[in-house]
Amino acid sequence: MSAATVLFDAPGPRGRRRIALASAAAVLVIVAVIVLVVVQFGRHGQLAGDRWSPFVHTGYLRFLAGGVRGTLIATGVGALLSFPLGVLAALGRLSHNRLVSRLATAYVEVFRSLPLLLLIYAFLLALPRYGLNLPVFWKLVVPLVMVNVAVLAEVVRAGVNAVDRGQSEAGWSIGLTYGQTMRHVVLPQALRIVIPALITGLVSLLKDTTLGYVVSYPELMKTATNLTAFTHLLIQTYLIITVLYVLVNVLLSQLAHHLERRMRTAPRGGGQAAEQLEHETHAATTTAVR
Amino acid sequence: MNAVTDHLGDIFAGVLTTLELTVLGFVGALVLGIVLAVCRVSPVAPLRVVGSVYVEFFRNIPLLALLILFVFGLPDIGLTYSLFVCAAASLALSGAAFVCESMRSGINSIAFGQAEAARSIGLTFVQSLRFVILPQALRAMVQPIVNTFIGIALGSSLASAVGVAELTYQTQYLNLKYAAAVTFLVAGAIYLLIAFAGAMAGGWLERRVAIRR
Repeated sequence: MSAATVLFDAPGPRGRRRIALASAAAVLVIVAVIVLVVVQFGRHGQLAGDRWSPFVHTGYLRFLAGGVRGTLIATGVGALLSFPLGVLAALGRLSHNRLVSRLATAYVEVFRSLPLLLLIYAFLLALPRYGLNLPVFWKLVVPLVMVNVAVLAEVVRAGVNAVDRGQSEAGWSIGLTYGQTMRHVVLPQALRIVIPALITGLVSLLKDTTLGYVVSYPELMKTATNLTAFTHLLIQTYLIITVLYVLVNVLLSQLAHHLERRMRTAPRGGGQAAEQLEHETHAATTTAVR
Repeated sequence: MNAVTDHLGDIFAGVLTTLELTVLGFVGALVLGIVLAVCRVSPVAPLRVVGSVYVEFFRNIPLLALLILFVFGLPDIGLTYSLFVCAAASLALSGAAFVCESMRSGINSIAFGQAEAARSIGLTFVQSLRFVILPQALRAMVQPIVNTFIGIALGSSLASAVGVAELTYQTQYLNLKYAAAVTFLVAGAIYLLIAFAGAMAGGWLERRVAIRR
């Protein structure tokens, strides 16, 4: 239920007629746009069977599947490295130690404001001259992690701030230290709150791996480019991989939505519930990483 | 350092292109995002479907894939536009999905009772939006929309991968030609400046639309 639903009265007969008319008009416009696109494709011979049939060929599919594998590996390794480091950076930013907190803040603010591609170019073109020449995979993943740590740190920090203050006060009052309170009381709850946001972070991580195109790491985008150089089926190849990207990301987003909904209905407080809660956090983070 | 001082013109032109792409992309995203948000709350079902399909699709598509499709794909179906136009259009199309989501979640963040209260004192649809919902929702929208702006500014760097001569492109070009890694530091500083300027403007705007309770 949202605010938008009570803002107008249920439409009367005239209102309903108008809505039906508008719906019909909208459908007409949508169909017209689709027809226009198809005609445009057809006029330039892009719908010809022989321009699409190669993609049911197992060789092509296997080639693209290799790209998907590359993308998933880069995303997985990126996530495995940037999730814990992101939590660490968030804790650093929240730390009572002035120096640590300043350093973490500076890191987060700077790397949140740098384009990933610029960093990748730095690793690709500039740093090798200073003796830092990473393997291709790490030229993509290291900048990816550097940027995503900053982004995730902000997400986790928001989660920690969202946990009720009474929770950490309760922790201290039973004699836990700051570190213990963080580790056993606040973080488990905070992480649970931010799980949907972390999965959204995973989506953006996956999208960022397309920059493997620039460093020639064979992820899906680079694979598609290689395939196109060979087949010249540019529009077909890129449309197919775009749909693949969208599919994987939609699945991840749906997972995030699902967890968000389940969280809203989950019970809060109580010893057993807290244990359950920590368990679920754990389960959900491992799902996200996998 | 000479590579930077001798080629201030190139760097400046790059910054200008980056700013143009960012502003055009952002304005386009804002306009299209508002239209989509209206579609998503309208009583006309097909428009709602268009709105949500659009958002779901363009939020999940990698910007680079969109750029490549626009730059290299459109000529194959007989539509040729300049590189710059393609890049700006891709930024606007993907940004619009994020703007639309920020608006929707901003409106949804308003307590349900506010809308009920507005309706129960007899305000019409437009009045309750204008005087009750939007003034409160705007406040929640500013931060995510500023983030979208920064995202578009940083995303405009991807245009260099398809050959638009903006800041990142000039940087790697100067670096290749003169082996001057310092250009990266300069470019990084400029991007930081753009992002901070955006954040500052956002903070100012947020204070302007804030409601003192």
